[in-house]
Amino acid sequence: MTVARFWRRLKNLYNLIGTHCEKCGGYYYPPRNLCPKCRRSSRSVPFKFKGLGEVVTYTIIHSSTKDFEKQTPYILAIIKLNEGPHLTSQVICDHNDIHIGMKVKSAFRKLGEESDKGMLYYGTKFVPMGSRDK
Amino acid sequence: MKSGIVSYGAYIPRYRIKIEEIAKVWGDNPNSIIDGLMVYEKSVPDMDEDTITIAVEAARNAVNRANVNPEKIGAVFTGSESHPYAVKPTSTIVAEAIGATPNLTAADFEFACKAGTAAIQACAGMVESDMIELGLAIGSDVSQGAPGDALEYTAAAGGVAYIIGKENILAKIESTYSFTTDTPDFWRREGKPYPEHGGRFTGEPGYFKHVTSAASGLMERLGTKPSDYKYAVFHQPNGKFPTRVAKMLGFSGEQIKPGLVVSRLGNTYSGSCMMGLAAILDIAKAGDRIFMTAFGSGAGSDAFSFSVTDRIDEIRNGAPSVEELLANPTYINYATYAKHKGKIKL
Repeated sequence: MTVARFWRRLKNLYNLIGTHCEKCGGYYYPPRNLCPKCRRSSRSVPFKFKGLGEVVTYTIIHSSTKDFEKQTPYILAIIKLNEGPHLTSQVICDHNDIHIGMKVKSAFRKLGEESDKGMLYYGTKFVPMGSRDK
Repeated sequence: MKSGIVSYGAYIPRYRIKIEEIAKVWGDNPNSIIDGLMVYEKSVPDMDEDTITIAVEAARNAVNRANVNPEKIGAVFTGSESHPYAVKPTSTIVAEAIGATPNLTAADFEFACKAGTAAIQACAGMVESDMIELGLAIGSDVSQGAPGDALEYTAAAGGVAYIIGKENILAKIESTYSFTTDTPDFWRREGKPYPEHGGRFTGEPGYFKHVTSAASGLMERLGTKPSDYKYAVFHQPNGKFPTRVAKMLGFSGEQIKPGLVVSRLGNTYSGSCMMGLAAILDIAKAGDRIFMTAFGSGAGSDAFSFSVTDRIDEIRNGAPSVEELLANPTYINYATYAKHKGKIKL
């Protein structure tokens, strides 16, 4: 990821800011300029998701791209946010605990780094809902 | 003083390593280390956790606990000796991640283990002078200890955030007093991965001289004595130092017990003393007075006197307590710990 590309997406990655169409009530993440249902008549506004959702499906990555090879094995899941949108994210938990339907919440984590002298990328991953959560 | 703590939040990674596991690798006697340090295990960051992620999680817990509007935060100061960037502030990332940008000032602080309390003082000063409405002071560290060094038994990970303001305060800052000298008891040179220290030199001329001087100075200024306080918390690089300094100053074991979290957590450096304060606030009642003295090598101490208000009961349960963050850890072996801490160079 280039510095400029990360910087443009930074608010979305940090705080799960997507869009909400005030015409049809749809929620989107990542954000969309236009609502895909309402097209030119859409009324899209920025929307901050609560960061709560559940695991729709998942896989455990053992053989990754170079950027993530130090993290293997790791869990990659499709999360359905409570507001509706689906997104792909790592879930940080014991590999024996991950399951479809698991309730999760967002957490602020390091997503990667360019190199040992490059930029650090931060953003949202998910962790299980548990006793630590209010 | 007119300012105080409006909210607070803590964060502790879920991983722990036991002293026995580290001692096994280096051929040390675990029992003598546990007896000497009064530390049984320490926290370890996940592979994707660092000072910034920990600071953000603690700050979010502080914002959520009292339902604070982040746009009212006019300053973010993060104290740490393990900022991931040498040049690029931790505090700007924290401010963005809690939604406090762009109308605020931000800076990173560094003063060994007391950078977080220095940040509290800076926030209090700005609040009292009406420069800002709210200030966010954070102590966060993924402490470094060289493999095989004595520091490796205690260097832990964690962070605590305090929101300072004048309204809706849960604990009033009655006064603060600092004692600072040029004492080279501990340092890390630019570009070096691990700190060096003066061994036993960190004790008497470092920790004990500065903590006792700041603590005595504050009590003299306020005209208070140890028995005026329900709780006391001192910087806890291990369990032995704060226990001994409390006794030297006239505080009882009962006063320091609720804030002495180091035995199960290790030394979270900039978060150390502030974590003990958070643990005390988790159980404190209106009217309780709390005495705190932080210490940072290099060297200096910041002493504080707090008075808890009845606001504490309204917001206490809005974020995880230190006890909840310490519960149900995942224990790892030394190899996994080395991987998490980046001690294995590929």
